[in-house]
Parts: sequence; C-alpha cells; structure tokens
Amino acid sequence: MVLLETSHLTKRFGGLVALRDVDLVVQERAIHSVIGPNGAGKTTLFNCITGFLVPDAGDIRFSGTSITGLRPDLVARLGIARTYQNIRLFRHLSVLDNVLIGLHPHINYSLLDAILRTPRYRRAERAAEREARELLAFVGLAGKEFFTAANLPYGDQRRLEIARALALRPKLLLLDEPTAGMNPHETEEMIRLIRRLRDERGITILLIEHDMKVVMNISDVVTVLDFGEKIAEGTPEEVRRDPRVIEAYLGRGAASGLGPSTLPLPGEA
Amino acid sequence: MIVRAARRAIFIGLVAGIAGWHLSLVGLIPAFAQRRLVGDTLTFSYALLIALLALAAFATGRRYPGAAQRIPWGVLSALVSSLMLFLLALLVTHLNLRQILLNATPELARVLTFGGGASGAGLVRLLLIGLLAGLFAGGLSALPRPWGRVIVSAALMTLLLGLLRDVLGPLLPRVVTSFLYGTAGLSLAGAVVTFLLATVLFTLRWSLRANAVTARATAAVPATVRQPVIQALLLLILASVPLWAGLFLSNVADFVGFYILMGLGLNLVLGFAGLLDLGYVAFFAVGAYTMAVLTSPEVGQRFTLDFWVALPIAVVTTVLAGLLVGLPVLRMRGDYLAIATLGFGEIVRLLVLSDWLKPYLGGAQGVTRIARPSIASWRIDSPQEFYLLVLISCLFAWFLSVRLRDSRLGRSWFAIREDEHVAQAMGINRVTAKLSAFAIGASFGGLSGALFASLVGSVVPASFSLLVSINVVALLVLGGMGSLPGVVVGALALVGLPELLREFQEYRLLVYGIVLIAMMLFRPAGLLPERIHRRELEEAVEEAREIAPAEIATGRG
Ligand SMILES: Nc1ncnc2c1ncn2[C@@H]1O[C@H](COP(=O)(O)OP(=O)(O)OP(=O)(O)O)[C@@H](O)[C@H]1O
Ligand SMILES: [Mg+2]
Repeated sequence: MVLLETSHLTKRFGGLVALRDVDLVVQERAIHSVIGPNGAGKTTLFNCITGFLVPDAGDIRFSGTSITGLRPDLVARLGIARTYQNIRLFRHLSVLDNVLIGLHPHINYSLLDAILRTPRYRRAERAAEREARELLAFVGLAGKEFFTAANLPYGDQRRLEIARALALRPKLLLLDEPTAGMNPHETEEMIRLIRRLRDERGITILLIEHDMKVVMNISDVVTVLDFGEKIAEGTPEEVRRDPRVIEAYLGRGAASGLGPSTLPLPGEA
Repeated sequence: MIVRAARRAIFIGLVAGIAGWHLSLVGLIPAFAQRRLVGDTLTFSYALLIALLALAAFATGRRYPGAAQRIPWGVLSALVSSLMLFLLALLVTHLNLRQILLNATPELARVLTFGGGASGAGLVRLLLIGLLAGLFAGGLSALPRPWGRVIVSAALMTLLLGLLRDVLGPLLPRVVTSFLYGTAGLSLAGAVVTFLLATVLFTLRWSLRANAVTARATAAVPATVRQPVIQALLLLILASVPLWAGLFLSNVADFVGFYILMGLGLNLVLGFAGLLDLGYVAFFAVGAYTMAVLTSPEVGQRFTLDFWVALPIAVVTTVLAGLLVGLPVLRMRGDYLAIATLGFGEIVRLLVLSDWLKPYLGGAQGVTRIARPSIASWRIDSPQEFYLLVLISCLFAWFLSVRLRDSRLGRSWFAIREDEHVAQAMGINRVTAKLSAFAIGASFGGLSGALFASLVGSVVPASFSLLVSINVVALLVLGGMGSLPGVVVGALALVGLPELLREFQEYRLLVYGIVLIAMMLFRPAGLLPERIHRRELEEAVEEAREIAPAEIATGRG
C-alpha cells in the first residue's frame, strides 16, 4: 500500500531549484529515509509535503488523494505530523500543554461547553489529558508533565517534540534529523523509539538523517537527494553501493577510488 | 580590579545623579516637595531623593557577593550622586537659568540639599544622607534572605499610607485617623507603628509560606472547600466597596474597573494569543459610541433605546469591529501588526471627530445625555451604584477568561503566541484562532466603553486617544502578560494610584516611562507573572481516583 506519493515535485527559490522533478513513493508502515548533502532539498521536501511551501510543479498524494497546496493545518488533520531540524517546542508552556495542543484536532466540544464546563467538556479534557500522559510515558517523559518545555534537557526536548507530533494521531510522521546533536547513547535510544513508533503504533516514518549509521540501521528504503534531484533509491544495501551516491557524498573521482566500504554496513551502528 | 570597581561605582553614581537632575528640572522634585509624608520634615521629594541614592548604592552593590564590597562601593555611588545633586543646587543658586529651565529656582536648591541650601551646611547634609542611604542599601542587601525584602516592603507600605492620607483618612475610624495622621501625612508615631506593623505582617506572611507545618495544615483543608471560602470572602469585600468608599473613591474604582475590563480583553489578544494590538482604544470607543448613539436623544434623532437593550448591541457591534480589524491584519506579525492596529485606533478617533459624521456621532462636541441603567424603579445613577455593575462585568470577564484559557481555544491561542508555524502544523486554524481572539478580546473593550459612556453620561473624541491603548498595554506589561491577577494589579497601580495622587497627574507619563523601564530591567515577566499553567485542583482530585498514585504525586510536583 502506498501512503505518500510525490510526482514531478519541483520547488524553486528564485533562481535556485531546491527540488527538481522528485518522484517519491512511501509505502505504508515503512521506515523511509531521505539523505543527501547539506542544501540538497530534504527540508524543503518536508515543507512541501506539510503544506508550508506550495510546490511550483508536481503533485503530492496522501492515501490516494491530492494534498498539493493544501493549508498546513488541514494537512495535519489528514494525519501528517512532523518534527523540526531545529527543535521548535512551545517553549513557555508546560510539557503536558505541548502535547495537549497536539491533540487539538481530536478534542470535540463547543465554546459554550468550555464556558459552562459541561460534562462533555470535562470528559473530553480528561480523556485528552490521559492520552497526553500516555504519550509522554511512551516517549519516556512520564513525571515531567509540568516542567516548562524550555527547561528540559536537549534529548528530552527531542522526545517531547515527537510526543507532540504523535498527539495528532498521525499516519505518517516526518522526522527531520531526530538524532542531530545527540550522543551515541541517546542516538541508540532514539533509534529504538523510532522502531517502536512503527512496530507498536503502525506509523509510517519518513526520516531525514545525516548519521549514516542510523540510516543504514533502521531504513527499509533510502532515497538520496542531491542538488534537489533524486539520484538514487533502494534498500540501504543498494544505496550504499551506488556510485552516484558515493560521488555525491565524497566528490567526483571518489567513486572509483574508495569504493563502497566508506559507507558503513547495516547493523554496524 | 579596584580601579575598575571604583570606575563602575562612580559611573552608576553619575547616572543616578543625572536622573536626579532630570527629575528636578522637569519639575517633579519641586512639585513633590509640597507633599509631606511623615511628620513635618519628610516630604515626598525627600523620599524620592533618598530612594534615588539608595538605588544607586544598590545597583552598584548587587554585583558583589559580600557586604565587605557591597557597602563601600555602594556608599561611593551614593556619595557621587549626592555630589551631583549638590552641583545642581549650586548651579541653580548662582546662575539664573530660569529663562530656559523653568524649574531651576533657588527653591529647588533648598529641596535638593534637604533644606541646607547651596552652602557648606547643605553639602554636609547631602553627603551625610548619601552616606546613610548607601549604608542602608548596602546593609539591606547583605541581610539574610527575606529581611531585605520585608523591610523595603514595609517602608513602601508606610510611604503609601502617608501618600493616601486624604483618601484613607475619612474612611478609617476617627481614633485611628487622629493617631495615624498629623496635619499632613503620617504623624511620627503613626509612621513608626505602621512600619512595625507592616514588618510583622510581611514577616508573618513570609514565614507562613515557608513553613512546612502550615503548608500541610492548609493542604489538610481540601481545595474544594478552601477555594470557595476564599473566593466568597474576596467577593464580599469587593461588593462592600460602595458601603464604605465615598463618592470619589467609588468613582476611581469605576475607572479602575473600566481598565480592568479592557486589560482582560487585551490580555486575550496580547497576553494569550501574542498579537500586539496598539489600537485597543478603538473597541472602547466603538462600545462607548454605540451606547451613546443608541440611547441619547441628541444624535440620530429617530429613536432612543433603553440602556439594557443598547448594552448587548454595543457588545455585538464591538465584536464585529474586532473581526473587521482582525481580518486585514491576519497575516501580520510583531511590528507590522502593532503599526497597523495603531492606525485603526487613530482611524476610529478621527471618524468620531469628523464633520462628515457629525450628525450621527456629534463631532468634536461629542454626545451627551446618554442613558443610565435602571432596574424596575431603581435608577443606577451614582458612581457607588454603578460600581456594582462594573464589578459584575469584571467578574464576568474574569470568569470567561479563565474558562477560555482552560479550553482548547485557549491552548490554540497559546500555541499561536509561541510559534505560529508549529501551531498550524498541529492542526490549528490560525484564521479562526486569531479572529476569535480579536473578537472576544474586543467585546470586553466594548463592554467597558458602553459602561463608561453611561456612567459619564457623555462621550467626546478626546477620551479615546492613543494614550488609552498605551495605558492598557502598560498595565499588562506591569502586571505580567497573560496573568489575570496581573491585570488587576496593573490597573490598580497604573490607573488607581495616579487618580489618588494628584501630584502624579502632571508627571503621569514620566512615571509610566520610569516604571516600564524598571520593569523591563528588573522584572521583565511582570509583577505577578503567569505561572506555568496547571489544571484546576478540583480536576486533579477527580483524576486521583483514576490514575496511579505515583502519577498524582508527580502531577502535583
Ligand atoms: N525559504 C527559502 N527561501 C530561499 N531559499 C531556501 C528556502 N528554504 C531553503 N532554501 C534553499 O534551498 C536549498 C535546500 O534547502 P533545504 O533546507 O531543503 O536543505 P536540506 O537538504 O534540508 O539541508 P540540511 O542538510 O543543511 O538541512 C538550500 O540551498 C537553501 O538555502
Ligand atoms: Mg534540512
């Protein structure tokens, strides 16, 4: 089953082509990585999918319907959640409120219910809080509900961002470099968390990652972007051996000289 | 090391001295010399000068860890400031600057030197007071934890009581008044007793709060009992204001109420949703003018409505105005939003002022003969009676603010305030969120304006100047953005106090400026900052039956 599909996706910033004719197919329940050198257009791809950028050409389809140019909040409501390369939490709010805001589309009561605190309001709020606490426990933040988000340590902030994204009950989760700035131990835990997202919650993962060990370790499929173009796609094994990929990463001439051994083998991480 | 510390101390002393020059030459110091606070000697301007010297010492000293450095460097700063003040006294005595600087009079020299004049005696007196102020400030900051704060609070309390002599005097029992107050300001004995009582009070409050036993004792009374009791008591006190407050105080209370209403309204827009609206007065004006046009026989001619019919119409009109302002500025943020809304405020003022709309809105003369409310045969006429109406409106606005804050709409406002982009990625429709903030926030302002028009009985365009908007923003900043008690404190401090202190009227903006700068420097989050928002205790109790005990413990943490 195809969950997300882009075809001929193109995005220009003035003269710069950030994405050129990108075709991407993400299978349901896959962990699909997008890699590429700095400025390759990976984040731009995320921004197009989530509706924050309107592509200049091409189509994006989610669960079979086109979402090209759809408003970001509507895209989110369809079940696409994301995290950010530079953590973007609601910094002055409590950890719990961060997640509760993620639950926004799933809380149903009218303004009048809220003003009068009707049973309907109470039920919905209590259910929301329970779900939020459960999500925090899932990512390992139980007991930190009333910390101010900005006061969490770095690794916890990354987890909170994921918990908040999960609150949307997404079918597809876009993770933009979730292990950036983490030490090996934290990275290890993050890998485990990402696996659990897919295995326990059935969420499809689209992952931007610079750490090759992580990519080779958990990806089902890897797509490689370079200067906005898709230059390779396949299993980690196939991508690792692709001369164009090696060239993109190591510069021209490297493909013949150094060979595939420079990219780590799966399971090595 | 020493050279650098000395240079810093002298610099701060000079800055404080220049501040003293400024306050003197704009006339604030000489004007405040008329007001005696304690006995016959301590005038308001002396208190200010001493505070200035102490502040210089404090600002210098707070950099250092121990009293051994704090006190000497602080004293140095205070002495430098004293010298600066003396220099000004010399200048105004020996040079005739009155052509340029209206307030550079020999009288100023006397005030600046604490009565000693620009002579050796004055210099000695000034330096002595500088030394004492420096020692006092240094010593105070060297005291263990609560004492410095307790003493400063008690001193401020005493000064405030002295300032409010004319207001409080008639309210208190005669025995108390005659003991507490002299011919002007507090009597010496009154001041000492007040200071001691205040010290005891603040100490008690601090130790009660810090004390684990009392904390457990209060926790033993369930929140479901404690909260309603406290609320009922507060309500009783608030509702009794017209009984003991005279005409003047009730009038002031009404105006504070109008600003509390506006503050609560702008708090939804600025405090909760983070949208800087500098034209909030527009909503106040729309509410006031709607009430005026609908109930006054002077304009429109065709009909007059009853107050109670006009009131909801005024509120609904303001909601529409809120949407009208909100729509075009949806995409704007920060500075651009501030400028655009500023424009809206001015547009409304110019519209009501215009000759073009004069037949409908009265032009520069405004509208008079606006209806007062009446219930059955009871005509709500005096400020005392009106107060109840204002109080009910404020309570209602507060209630709505709390309920909205704890709802998903409130959370969506917080999200927009924190990060609009991410809020959208969380499925929040920013159009609905922003427009609802503008509309509901506007409605409080409209309610305030309608009540204002009815109480005053007339509206003129001059009442709806930019200053009103600035006042409302300032009271939010002072109280703490997003904090509901902060709105009340801000309104009391920025609207209530100046009304009570006639000297402040003329220097209102100057004092505002000083207060806001001081806030930004020392308490950027406001006097009563919005705490990290927690669910109501009552719900935590309900929750207790459903989740594991371990989780409750952390939830309270
Ligand atoms: N809003 C924008 N306006 C103009 N140029 C942009 C914008 N966003 C991205 N770009 C440019 O588009 C190119 C692709 O950027 P993008 O952020 O997608 O790269 P990336 O693959 O995520 O890189 P990195 O690994 O550094 O995160 C870059 O050259 C960038 O400078
Ligand atoms: Mg990127």
